[in-house]
Amino acid sequence: MVNAREAAVGSGGRARASYRRRDKYVRFILPAVLVISAVIIFPWLFTLFMSLHDWQVASPRVFVGLDNYLNLVGDTRFRAAVGRTLIYAALAVALPTVIGTIAAVLFHRDFPLRGLLRSIYILPMVATPVAIALVWTMMFHPQLGVLNYLLSLVGLPPSLWVYSPQTVIPSLVLVETWQWTPLVMLIVLGGLSALPTEPLESAAIDGANSWQVFRDITLPMVLPFIMVAVVLRTIDALKAFDTIFTITQGGPGTASETINIYLYLQAFSFFRIGHASAVVVVFFVIIVAFSLTLLGVRQRMQWA
Amino acid sequence: MRTRRRGFLGRIGFWLGMIILLSPVVFVFFWMLSLAFKPDVENTAYPPIFIPHHPTLDNFRYVFANSPFALYARNSFVVAFGATALSLLVGVPAGYGIAKARAYGLAAFVLISRMTPGLSYLIPWFMLFRFVGLNNTLWALIITHLTIGLPITIWVMMGFFEDLHPELEEAALVDGAGIWAAFRDVALPLSRPGIVVAAILAFIFSWNDFIFAVVLAGRETRTLPVAVFNVLTFEQLAWGALAAAALIVTLPVLILTAFVQRQIIVGMTAGGIKG
Repeated sequence: MVNAREAAVGSGGRARASYRRRDKYVRFILPAVLVISAVIIFPWLFTLFMSLHDWQVASPRVFVGLDNYLNLVGDTRFRAAVGRTLIYAALAVALPTVIGTIAAVLFHRDFPLRGLLRSIYILPMVATPVAIALVWTMMFHPQLGVLNYLLSLVGLPPSLWVYSPQTVIPSLVLVETWQWTPLVMLIVLGGLSALPTEPLESAAIDGANSWQVFRDITLPMVLPFIMVAVVLRTIDALKAFDTIFTITQGGPGTASETINIYLYLQAFSFFRIGHASAVVVVFFVIIVAFSLTLLGVRQRMQWA
Repeated sequence: MRTRRRGFLGRIGFWLGMIILLSPVVFVFFWMLSLAFKPDVENTAYPPIFIPHHPTLDNFRYVFANSPFALYARNSFVVAFGATALSLLVGVPAGYGIAKARAYGLAAFVLISRMTPGLSYLIPWFMLFRFVGLNNTLWALIITHLTIGLPITIWVMMGFFEDLHPELEEAALVDGAGIWAAFRDVALPLSRPGIVVAAILAFIFSWNDFIFAVVLAGRETRTLPVAVFNVLTFEQLAWGALAAAALIVTLPVLILTAFVQRQIIVGMTAGGIKG
């Protein structure tokens, strides 16, 4: 146990005192550092190591240098997966961001049942993705699914949804949007409630209409929060797995095989460990590159 | 601020917007309920039957009779509680230490782990667990779920301890309390709301996890999300049973959310975290 006087006095000047102060908190952090090293850093290093080897689960490992990476360049299935992931992510970022921002503006008002309706609205975000994906799978069914029936009610032609290569990506984006728009709403709503009210009031006195107020005052002020939502959405959309895997497993054919699905199949269906590890490294670089670019756009780096 | 005419039109527009926002949410959950309580004849009828004509519990009976769902539910609870408890045990002091020592390098590290795809941990773990014989044990899942719960806990707690007024702890230190006692007796009780937020989020995302469990769980150690996925692959057309299984899996988190939605909103707004 550290002596209290030592902590309180800190006679060796501010810098040394604060250094000693920091030193003492190491014991609080150390267990977490150990756990993080074991479950997070070790896998990273091991993945880098494996990516330099030709390694099938049951056979001996051979050092192949950068061959796994070079093979990826010419791997058309992998390149198609990268393209698909980018398209999926672009849609699965844009739609929730736009809808979530609108939802935040609506929920920012004061209205009856606000708390209850907000609770209902955030349910998709906490519901188990696999369970939700299962219900969507049944709703997407071209003959018996309820979605085509609802389309027919409003006079629209039926769709093949996840059963056609043309519509599978937009259909999966629909599920992702349904699920994660509430998160954008919550983040932007947090931003809205932190805004000062004076600019809004003075604009109202100057006779601006609500659209002008939103466009010229609210939106610029809340933009940093929207950017946070965009960063988080980008990370999650690039990493999307549960719903895609549950609903299509990458099909029909490979029409919805994103990097994550490709990775899963290579690692745990074909057991190409070295190859899959190289995919992990490239995938990780893609995610970090996108995130840092967006964070750079936002300038101030914080979790949310 | 608003003229009366615009107020009226605005209100109609507002409620219209609300209906458009909320109806997809309500409909999907309603449809899950509807499918779960209808016999399969009604589930595959066209045009679809929305309100069950002959509501039944047969789908739930079928699920429990044809698979060890109770065992899977137990696994899910053990893994989610175990991972949450360990995350708090390690993560709460760490959040305190990071906030006090301003060790933001570690915080940035937590941020990067947030970006890492879950699958990228799985290959090393899979091989490691095979090596040490932990495959097909619940321990393997609890350990891996630390990558979900620990970053959440550290991040949420860091924020809470930063906002805590340092005067109280400093007073305790001056009074002769050790640094550990200052943490345990002063900071910890004050941060209880933060711990609740971290625990809830860690539990929910651990409960919902699919990717780790689908790779690492064996027949006996399946969690509910994996079990329900297997129902899907084997019984494509037993829609009622599928929906009943889906409902059982997600009901605990939905009920939890109903009780603690304020904490979830606080946590998700501050953390924006997802496993």
